[in-house]
Amino acid sequence: MTFVYLLVFGFAATAVLGLITSWIDRKVTARVQYRVGPPFLQPIIDIVKLLGKETVIPAGASKRTFLIAPVIGISGVIAVATLLWVNQFFSEGFMGDWIVAIYLLAIPSLSIILGGFASRNPLASLGASREMKLVIAYELPFILAALVPVINAHSIRLSVIIDSQAGGVFAGNISGILALTVAILCVQAKLALVPFDIPEAETEITGGALIEYSGPGLAIFKLMKNMLFFVLPFFLIILFFGGLRLNGINILWTVLEYVGIVAIITVIRNTNPRVRIDQAVRFFWGPITLIAVVAVVLALKGL
Amino acid sequence: MSLKLKALLKSPWVFHLSTGSCNNCDIEILDCLTPRFDIERFGMLLIGSIKHADVLLITGSCNRMSVERLKALYEQVPKPCLVIAIGTCAGSRGIFKDSYNCPVPLDKIVPVDVYIPGCPPKPEAMIAGVVKLIEKVGGAK
Ligand code: SF4
Repeated sequence: MTFVYLLVFGFAATAVLGLITSWIDRKVTARVQYRVGPPFLQPIIDIVKLLGKETVIPAGASKRTFLIAPVIGISGVIAVATLLWVNQFFSEGFMGDWIVAIYLLAIPSLSIILGGFASRNPLASLGASREMKLVIAYELPFILAALVPVINAHSIRLSVIIDSQAGGVFAGNISGILALTVAILCVQAKLALVPFDIPEAETEITGGALIEYSGPGLAIFKLMKNMLFFVLPFFLIILFFGGLRLNGINILWTVLEYVGIVAIITVIRNTNPRVRIDQAVRFFWGPITLIAVVAVVLALKGL
Repeated sequence: MSLKLKALLKSPWVFHLSTGSCNNCDIEILDCLTPRFDIERFGMLLIGSIKHADVLLITGSCNRMSVERLKALYEQVPKPCLVIAIGTCAGSRGIFKDSYNCPVPLDKIVPVDVYIPGCPPKPEAMIAGVVKLIEKVGGAK
């Protein structure tokens, strides 16, 4: 049964939804720039194409780490996706799965850091070290923001967090709105999208940590990012909107919430220039952490 | 046609490689990305790393200094890959045919799949060239 969950929900469903999300993102970006944009199947075609290409391993790279890094990353995403799906639809989960989800969500970033450092390329190392700083920057406000639903629900189990929002979602409170704002900005950084695409910075360090990856390795990294693009908004919906509700009119709400979060992320990405890494760290540790702390305090007061 | 090649033709990521061009061709390549022409419609993306490339867009007349880099870069492209020579310089060295600095034309150095003449070629000409390339490669297999 675990196997079915992992394969059907953790991998297949997440991958399909992630690829669709990434198409929405690219299409909206194109429309914002008055372009037509890619066809619907483009993301999957990209992945298939990359799977068919040769893998070039740079001379002097540490081969094993280089090849295993994408696998680590995608396993992390599959694990966290399974955890969320199962909590959403099937079982009660277990005590403290909120903590596990937070931990697992850090694994993709770690895999990018690993791969970047393993590929023996100055630009990749630069990208990896920037990614590391970015992780340090956004993790604190992200955890604080994710703590707000835990305080509101008086439980550290995701299923209880979902159930306790049956009467009213947490995004309806002041603390919920503040925490959601913080969380969306952190998701932006987690996905390494503009303005926080500092670790990749196509125009500056030409792909950053992924610069040396080709063929299947790159395909897995791309797929991982696309899946993350579904998993992170899904996690936010569970925390702040009471999960995916698939009964009656609520389906419409769920779709609206999901598309809304994705649209906000895409619009932020299209209307901002890239910031420097020191600006990003200052941004997250300064105002954003402050807002997150305020949200936590308000939640403790029951607002 | 194999699935591999089919997918490649549907999502050719292009890498832009100048071997000593006068920069006009390069600017015309960038024009293809603008909203007016929008080559992302066909799944093409301009990418920054040679390891992600499927199609090399080569401009310029291959001078002595850049030939070494050109060879090194061509070896690094993950195969299968395609090469497009953009501009008269890359196609036949154009006005630099008798220059001391450009002894070998591009197609004697790396295999070229399609030539797009012009000095510089219009973006329309480039898109037409790429369409011909897709027909050629897609039709042959
Ligand atoms: S073909 Fe013309 S425009 Fe292009 S690089 Fe050569 S001289 Fe410049």
